[in-house]
Amino acid sequence: MATSSAVITIIDYGVGNLRSIQNMLRYLGIDSKITSDLGKIARAGKLILPGVGKFDYGMTELRTRGMIEVLNRRVLEDGTPLLGICLGAQLLTRSSEEGELPGLGWIKGRTKRFDATKFDLASLRVPHMGWADTNFSDHPIAAGLNEARFYFVHSYHLETDEPQDVLCTTHYGYDFVAGVAHDNVVGVQFHPEKSHRFGMRVLQNFAGWK
Amino acid sequence: MRRVRVIPTLLIDDDARLVKTVRFGARAYIGDPINAVRIFNQKEVDELVLLDIDASKSARPPAFAVIEDIVSEAFMPVAYGGGIRSMDDVATLFRSGIEKVVLSTSALETPELVTQIAERFGNQAVTVCLPVKTTLLGKHRVRIRGSQKDTGCTPESVAAEMIQRGAGEIIVYSIDRDGTYRGYDLALLRSVSRIASAPVVACGGAASLDDFRTAILDGGCAAVAAGSLFVYQGPKKGVLITYPTPEQLRVGLFDALSAEAEKRT
Repeated sequence: MATSSAVITIIDYGVGNLRSIQNMLRYLGIDSKITSDLGKIARAGKLILPGVGKFDYGMTELRTRGMIEVLNRRVLEDGTPLLGICLGAQLLTRSSEEGELPGLGWIKGRTKRFDATKFDLASLRVPHMGWADTNFSDHPIAAGLNEARFYFVHSYHLETDEPQDVLCTTHYGYDFVAGVAHDNVVGVQFHPEKSHRFGMRVLQNFAGWK
Repeated sequence: MRRVRVIPTLLIDDDARLVKTVRFGARAYIGDPINAVRIFNQKEVDELVLLDIDASKSARPPAFAVIEDIVSEAFMPVAYGGGIRSMDDVATLFRSGIEKVVLSTSALETPELVTQIAERFGNQAVTVCLPVKTTLLGKHRVRIRGSQKDTGCTPESVAAEMIQRGAGEIIVYSIDRDGTYRGYDLALLRSVSRIASAPVVACGGAASLDDFRTAILDGGCAAVAAGSLFVYQGPKKGVLITYPTPEQLRVGLFDALSAEAEKRT
């Protein structure tokens, strides 16, 4: 099947602001297409799964649009690189405390609610909203990211079963997993499209990956 | 180092021009909002709040096309408020790239909208902004419709209700301090943050990084917002879009917050 690897396909499943991601990619000179068309997704050379909102809503939208089968094939069988952003990253896990439905399960782990009782600063509130310094492990997505900070807005965070699947960590009340990576699947809790030059670096690295 | 959000608040009028007010009254023309956003982008601003201060008063919907133009220039989160009345309005705004919607008049007149937005898009997607005026007897009252209407409610009671309904954040906007450089109304901020289980953002009166620090340490706020401080320069109020450098923020604000946090744990 022919793939247009130069173009990044941003999956439109009715959640998340896709235009911001496209705007930043365009600013970087990277071509991208926003689509909900299953045929286009099935031929995509690179995928971005965005998302803002609730876990079950996201999974329901993916299911009713028939996207789960196509994505499973493309990602698990064909090895197409996929970047999950915010809710998109959470959907990569097996489940979330926010919902009842199973996630895509491409990352062995789950999504958990921030436990405010464990916060090291009593004045911190949930949702976590704001910029936070993020520490990356060695990964092509992390190239050139020293002393990086990103914009986060979430009440739930990622948790992985495998330490080697941790892409990056951040501190808010306690250290938590801010990004995951396993083979061709990467997920980041923060919003690269809202994180200035730091986000641009992540998107640039993703565009150049594999 | 503890980071908190430092947020420029941009006000636009019926003609989509950037304006600045004093006490929600006298207006001065600042310039083109798109130009301001470009400059804030270059300065790596944390976040922007864009408020259309005429939409509710003029009973018209948000200026979607203008908002989309403004947001497409921003590589940081932009929250928008002004004239949002329905889920359709909200969905359109999110599709344009808006990060959060800010409700004020609608939150008080149709509070179920707050719950609907929170349920569909998550708590972090909906912020409630409370413009507050102090009565002659020193009581705090929330006002809506461009501060024309007194709701008769206290900011604490409204904040508590809105958080219960799903608001992810509360902006406390002091009408009396707006545009005055007199500093934030700390007593007001404290009274709300004390009972709020969601982040509280200070707005109205900021004159310096010191004000930001006290809003967080004494006012219990999670983030700080300012208008005049970022669009004017000097006592004669010459228009200049500015923002502290990362170094200035670190030295003048974040380090002080971290030191205080260490002291208190």
